[in-house]
Amino acid sequence: MTPLLQVEALSKYYGHHLGCADVHFTLWPGEVMGIVGESGSGKSTLLNCLAGHMPPDTGRVIFDTRDHGPRDTVVMTEAERRWLARTDWAFVHQNPRDGLRMNVSAGGNVGERLMAVGARHYGDIRAQAEDWLGRVEIDARRMDDRPRAFSGGMQQRLQIARNLVTGPRLVFMDDPTGGLDVSVQARLLDLLRGLVRRLGLSAVIVTHDLAEARLLADRLMVMKDGRVVEEGLTDQVLDDPQHAYTQLLVSSVLHA
Amino acid sequence: MTAYNFAYLDEATKRMLRRAILKAVAIPGYQVPFSSREMPMPYGWGTGGVQLTAACLVPEDTLKVIDQGADDTTNAVSIRKFFARVAQVATTEATGAASIIQTRHRIPEAPLQEGQILVFQVPIPEPLRFLEPRETETRTMHALEDYGLMQVRLYEDIARHGEIARAYAYPVRVEGRYIMDPSPIPKFDNPKLDNCPALQLFGAGRECRIYALPPYTRVESLDFEDYPFTPSKAAGQCCALCGAMDSYLDEVITDDAGGRMFVCSDTDYCATRVAVQAEDAA
Amino acid sequence: MIEIADVGKRFVLHNQGGAVLPVMEGASLTVAPGECVALVGASGAGKSTLMRMIWGNYRCDEGSIRVAGVELCNAEPRAVIALRRQSLGYVSQFLRVIPRVPTVQIVAEPLLAQEVGEDVALARAQAMLARLNIPQRLWALSPTTFSGGEQQRVNIARGFIHAWPVMLLDEPTASLDAANRAVVLALIAEAKARGAAILGIFHDAEARAAVCDREVDVTRFTPLRGEAA
Repeated sequence: MTPLLQVEALSKYYGHHLGCADVHFTLWPGEVMGIVGESGSGKSTLLNCLAGHMPPDTGRVIFDTRDHGPRDTVVMTEAERRWLARTDWAFVHQNPRDGLRMNVSAGGNVGERLMAVGARHYGDIRAQAEDWLGRVEIDARRMDDRPRAFSGGMQQRLQIARNLVTGPRLVFMDDPTGGLDVSVQARLLDLLRGLVRRLGLSAVIVTHDLAEARLLADRLMVMKDGRVVEEGLTDQVLDDPQHAYTQLLVSSVLHA
Repeated sequence: MTAYNFAYLDEATKRMLRRAILKAVAIPGYQVPFSSREMPMPYGWGTGGVQLTAACLVPEDTLKVIDQGADDTTNAVSIRKFFARVAQVATTEATGAASIIQTRHRIPEAPLQEGQILVFQVPIPEPLRFLEPRETETRTMHALEDYGLMQVRLYEDIARHGEIARAYAYPVRVEGRYIMDPSPIPKFDNPKLDNCPALQLFGAGRECRIYALPPYTRVESLDFEDYPFTPSKAAGQCCALCGAMDSYLDEVITDDAGGRMFVCSDTDYCATRVAVQAEDAA
Repeated sequence: MIEIADVGKRFVLHNQGGAVLPVMEGASLTVAPGECVALVGASGAGKSTLMRMIWGNYRCDEGSIRVAGVELCNAEPRAVIALRRQSLGYVSQFLRVIPRVPTVQIVAEPLLAQEVGEDVALARAQAMLARLNIPQRLWALSPTTFSGGEQQRVNIARGFIHAWPVMLLDEPTASLDAANRAVVLALIAEAKARGAAILGIFHDAEARAAVCDREVDVTRFTPLRGEAA
């Protein structure tokens, strides 16, 4: 089996300030990896470097492309990266406003990726959009409404539908439940869990919520000050943390 | 008029413009930035078109200027007089007799010929502008043929209105590559862009962009397979003056009691038909 | 099916002055297919620690733990996940409830991971829930609001839905009434009969006597803890 994503010696500096340094990992097809750590630990920097939103200063991000096998996405042309971004990759932003077009209807938001890869049959696009709205539990009657008329949870579910409609193989998620009420978080988590399992998705999920990490991620990477301090099987990292920082993180969680 | 160089602009400026035009012709549909000059008329009055016309004019040319199809509106008259003074070129209202036609918002009804140049005045050259406000991003989207968003706009029209509601400045794809704003011509005129024997130049003065369609360029209006493009006009009407069924019509309000009539927007086309009918009748 | 040799484990508490707590050393045992072995020893002797090391959520610092031929010491996450999906089942004492997910789905989940069809998986989950006397009206509900005993039975249903070759049972009969206890003991007996290797913690002496072939006292793997002991 070929790894889906291989990250080698990835570093990113903002001037003299460290974003993330010397990150290595291999993600296999079907694996969900969580990245946890406090704000400013470099989680989002890492995610954005992986997803091609910003170039790392050093390192390689090798993705197993559908047509040409493993390719380093860092040295790809922008055109190739964008093609990946709208076919094989998906990116779910913490704030749905960053990932949605707020002045385009829900159906148009879901249909955009289809049209971007060449779909030109209105009826088919609409049917697929409707199917996906259903899968993320949005009533088809809301299809022509704009997302600004939606609740936060619905917006986030819409963003997920918009991302998954082209059948990506790798999903990047930046704290997908971060901005939501607890009751809404549970619904979204359950939805994500179901989608990940049914579609056999691989995912890299940045989160600050250890319970969410336990529910969604097969394995976990703990970051502090731009570096990975611990990684392993999710329940092993959470139940038997080895590094001082992870122990602090785990012991700091309040149990309701 | 010796106080001005031929056709108002100095030769260095015209050379800069011609370089931009050549580049635009070489890459059909691609927006070439150029260093737009102040012209003796306000922005929005066709400064882009005027600069293109000035760069193309030679003393032997015959110039026609139309605004919304008409030769006799203020804007058309002003620009025609301007070039008559600063270039001393011949002017005409007959489409067939013109070597350069500067236009705002229309393509003449009479078919254009090889050797003719049609110059369009363009307010906003970027077809993606209202979908994506960042110029850096729209340029990248053109470079990478990242055009899903354009189609989304048409999708939204159908979802909201049951059809593609855009009636003018209807986006086109040039030679299967660049998406282009054909300037605010009615979509009725879009088919005339395709495979046209004349050279078509587009100038946006305020936005500093030139683009072009060389003769016989393939120009397709964007659409969906199940919602194909239709070049529509006022349904079921004919021109009240010449009786034309096939031309683009303006609705003219004739009094305060709701009286109205439809007439050809292309005044030369209409007048020619009326003259022929009068001759036939005589 | 379970082969443990010279396993040692200590906790280093970095946030408590770097205190080192050795909790296990020289642990060795084997469980053969069709065998049920009980871990015994006083509370705190390390029964649960050993179970967790075999399950993989506690790291093994030294020695070797092989389950169904897979070495768990320093195993890659995906190796452990594959082992859990295919070969290693675990009935813990507490159900980790996921809000909104219906009981029948929770029970069927291990089967769905085996790429069993959804219809078959749900039918088997329903049969298992019926056998464990969970009223049918509860099947479509999330077990969030169920009683402790009901949650435990849901947990057991989930643990026995798939014919794992190796099973870990942590107090499977705790908080169950006599009738349900009998069902669980029958499930264990059936698992043994089909050749499963079972390692368990049973505080319930009767249950232990009923299903276990032998006992391993973990006290002999407990390190001396100096004055703290």
